[in-house]
Amino acid sequence: MKSGFRQSMSWVHTWGGLTVGWVLYFVFLTGTLGYFDTEIDRWMKPELKPETASVQQSLATAEKRLREKAEGAERWLISTPAGRDNPYLRIFWQMPEKDGVPGARGNELLDATTGELLSGRATGGGQTLYRMHYSLHYIPTNIAYWIVGLCSMFMLVAIITGVVIHKKIFKEMFTFRRQKGQRSWLDMHNLLSVSALPFHFMITYSGLIFFVLTYMSLIVAGTYGFGKDSQQQFSNEFFSEMHKPKPSGNKTELADLGSMFAIAESEWGQGEVRFLDIDYPGDSNARVNFIRHSDSPLRSSPELVFDGTTGKLLTEVPVITSTPRAVYSVFLGLHEGLFANTGLRWLYFFSGLLGTAMIATGMILWSLKRRPAQLKKAGGPDFGYRFVESLNLGTVIGLPITIAAYFWANRLLPVDLPSRAQWEVHTMFIVWLICLLYPLLRPVTKGWIDLSWIAAGVFCLLPVLNGITTDRHLLNSVQQGDWIFAGVDLTFLAAGVFFGVVAIKLRAQSTSSEAEIAATKNSAKSKPAAGNVSNNTPSEAC
Amino acid sequence: MITLSPDARYRWQIAARALTAIFGGFALANASGILLAYLLPLPKNEAVTVGMLLSFAIYAGAAMWVFAHRSLIKSAGGIWLLAAIFFALIALFKFAGVTL
Repeated sequence: MKSGFRQSMSWVHTWGGLTVGWVLYFVFLTGTLGYFDTEIDRWMKPELKPETASVQQSLATAEKRLREKAEGAERWLISTPAGRDNPYLRIFWQMPEKDGVPGARGNELLDATTGELLSGRATGGGQTLYRMHYSLHYIPTNIAYWIVGLCSMFMLVAIITGVVIHKKIFKEMFTFRRQKGQRSWLDMHNLLSVSALPFHFMITYSGLIFFVLTYMSLIVAGTYGFGKDSQQQFSNEFFSEMHKPKPSGNKTELADLGSMFAIAESEWGQGEVRFLDIDYPGDSNARVNFIRHSDSPLRSSPELVFDGTTGKLLTEVPVITSTPRAVYSVFLGLHEGLFANTGLRWLYFFSGLLGTAMIATGMILWSLKRRPAQLKKAGGPDFGYRFVESLNLGTVIGLPITIAAYFWANRLLPVDLPSRAQWEVHTMFIVWLICLLYPLLRPVTKGWIDLSWIAAGVFCLLPVLNGITTDRHLLNSVQQGDWIFAGVDLTFLAAGVFFGVVAIKLRAQSTSSEAEIAATKNSAKSKPAAGNVSNNTPSEAC
Repeated sequence: MITLSPDARYRWQIAARALTAIFGGFALANASGILLAYLLPLPKNEAVTVGMLLSFAIYAGAAMWVFAHRSLIKSAGGIWLLAAIFFALIALFKFAGVTL
């Protein structure tokens, strides 16, 4: 399109990146927070005490509750409290389909000792934030999947074209020219992109693969045929679920889950069971599947299948059934990072932040590059330019403020407010709207400094707010060794300090550039020939 | 015959390229996925999986190709033509009763 390949790719990188940059920024930031979803869940329900009941007790509680709520179900899921991923006892049920109408389903968090519903404030928790990164909000999910998918495709192209246009990829990885205006922003963009390039590529490609059955359903249709049955056939073969029997219709008592659990633990070791998946409980063909914790990037985990009426171990389902499926599974596992221990989880988190910052610097770069020419225009900057500049401010700094607002709402909204969890999210988007409209009130350069200070303030004050509204203030958490609470509070503080530094830097930059403009204006007035002189004597300029 | 100003021409050809990259690329990615599934000597569901896993890479490559060439006919036309050929081949396989 342009004269050379690299120039064309540079055009695609710039404009493709700009078109969807704001959505990508949202996806990357909320997705990054998702690596600490259950930690955020805990912080947002400060009333809950850590679960201490034994596994046997949890199983008995869960079974009792499920019999009450969902006798004759098609499926029960029980995840016993164990470790980071499920701190509390969770049950799920799915009733069978009747006359084409899908059966009712539900899920509950239970106190494993008393069997009561876990109370505490209604909140979306970290899960709502995490889900936004692929299903957005206020939009039907299947439409949201396509929007996020298309944006991810743009991201993939932006990453590849970014590598293509970047000639001296290794040399420039170690180049950072400070305080050189636009050049510094470009260096920063390069540094952020290259330093976590494998992560950026992995997370984008695997994100697409997560929804491959939605996006590329034509490939299944083109080979297995159109229609529901063909798709079912493919997924049966793909997920190798052929071994599942149909319900017989004869009622038989479910065997003791506790003794099956003991067998599973003797096979795998203590604390290795992640959850139980029970097909047709109470039917003579009932099956109890034990699923193991994943400790590798492979997303599918080993399964033990028990006969639900005799309690006998039937088979162990292998993790890897074929190479392509293993590749698929590794992509998904790497994306979710469920296998990651604390250290690796932080690495995921920081890589995600690098990606978020990469997108932000890319968009800032677009507007900085065009700023001098736009300012010279007779009628002022174009509408398109001002639109981008405002969206950049309202998103890059606005979205973090928005997320902080979500946490503020969690602590400040009345506990008995109807649809409280929804109002946490509404608060979030109202604050975002205000941030997006902020550039109407203030010049953009001033707006950056203002909003950075606001971001610094709202994040730094979050631990204070937590200390006032709960008994779990930072000192308490540290003393009690509750590193989930302390960790979330300290991360808020770090974010606040970061935005404070950004505000200070931006102010210094804007005063120095104002001084520069004033200086050049003055010198141009007083010494009109100065420019010519220095042009004629290049030695002086050196 | 409508004559367009250079500015308008530029915009129209950008629009044509963008639409080709998005929809043509999508068509080509799907067609390549299906074709791969037919051609790979693997069990059916594995071959389909490989086709799906690679489809996004093909999509990205197609999108870049659309913008790489100076000539609109060569770049955008190439994508649509290739997708059409692939779909024709798939139809031929189906018609001839080739099973995976």
